[in-house]
Amino acid sequence: MGVIEKIKKNLPSWVKKIFKKKRARIGIYGPPNAGKTTLANRIIRDWSGDAIGPVSEIPHETRRAKRKEGIVVNANGAAITLDVVDTPGLATKIDFHDFMAYGLDEAEAKRRAKEATEGVIEAIKWLDDLDGILLIMDATEDPFTQVNVTVIGNMEARELPLLIVANKIDLPEASPARIKSAFPQHTVIPISALEGYNVDKLYESIANHFG
Amino acid sequence: MSKKKTKKRRTEKSNAHEGIRIDIISKDRISTMAPMEKIRLILDMVRDGSIVILERGLTPEEEAKLIEMTMTEITPNDFSGIEIESYPCKQRTTFLGKLLGKTMFETRLTVVGAADQLKTLKRDHDFISALVSVRSRG
Ligand SMILES: Nc1nc2c(ncn2[C@@H]2O[C@H](COP(=O)(O)OP(=O)(O)O)[C@@H](O)[C@H]2O)c(=O)[nH]1
Ligand SMILES: [Mg+2]
Repeated sequence: MGVIEKIKKNLPSWVKKIFKKKRARIGIYGPPNAGKTTLANRIIRDWSGDAIGPVSEIPHETRRAKRKEGIVVNANGAAITLDVVDTPGLATKIDFHDFMAYGLDEAEAKRRAKEATEGVIEAIKWLDDLDGILLIMDATEDPFTQVNVTVIGNMEARELPLLIVANKIDLPEASPARIKSAFPQHTVIPISALEGYNVDKLYESIANHFG
Repeated sequence: MSKKKTKKRRTEKSNAHEGIRIDIISKDRISTMAPMEKIRLILDMVRDGSIVILERGLTPEEEAKLIEMTMTEITPNDFSGIEIESYPCKQRTTFLGKLLGKTMFETRLTVVGAADQLKTLKRDHDFISALVSVRSRG
């Protein structure tokens, strides 16, 4: 820890408040497998060198919300400090048989399904404690799902900022345009969280939207 | 209307006919109910095998609550969740709403069914197509 950091750490909180830059706690939301953890890892790696959690092709890999604090994002000359919350995938149904299709045995699949249901509840509860959200959609899939509609409705009702991220644009079937036309009232940023395409644009939008 | 009575009536009906039951709830009925009452009613009906159609749907917060309640009730081989379809609410800023600093939401037609009975085929701003099937199990 550097000298400056040490001094900062020991300052009383009211002093910190005065010097505090813009800070926002943002949640990364979306259906299972949209690439939430991949994006969270990328943001955190780009700006702090760390990672948040494992990525998997099996849905509901993230079954507990994970938070990483104090990620400073610089874009357009503006700095914003983010507390990033990577949330479990939202769903209205969870069938343990779907996990068995990935080669898990029945007991393991049932355990996963149970944890996935708890993860959904946790993600919903987090909605009350955020300053804004990134809603991630897989741009190769139909964007007009109830989960997306419900998340957007909840942000609108709370009057909180929301950015839609159209992920996986590295894939040929990706159609960010379809997402834009489904939610024309919101900003849609097409990216590839995996390849890093267009993430600079996303950081700019994050600084503008949540700053 | 007690819950027990409802259950009994339903069983009798479903024994009499092989088919799909549809319950259509008017906006008047829905508007007199507290959020948890609506959610309980919807989940009870859906778990009994009904396809529930609400003339006016749930607010975004109520929808989130419904998803939460659904998650707590998922049980292997018995209930794997719901399928729900609605159009996004319309935001309406009324004069009174502006005064109170409140945005009014106009909720819209909503269809809810058990995940093993109701399957969305296609959805758009202004069109929803779904497949309804007779419950596969007992
Ligand atoms: N092609 C492609 N795959 C991606 C991208 N982002 C994530 N994935 C893959 O999608 C799967 C799910 O990713 P994950 O981050 O675990 O999704 P989560 O469930 O939303 O957290 C993994 O196999 C990722 O490698 C992307 O931009 N492009
Ligand atoms: Mg994840």
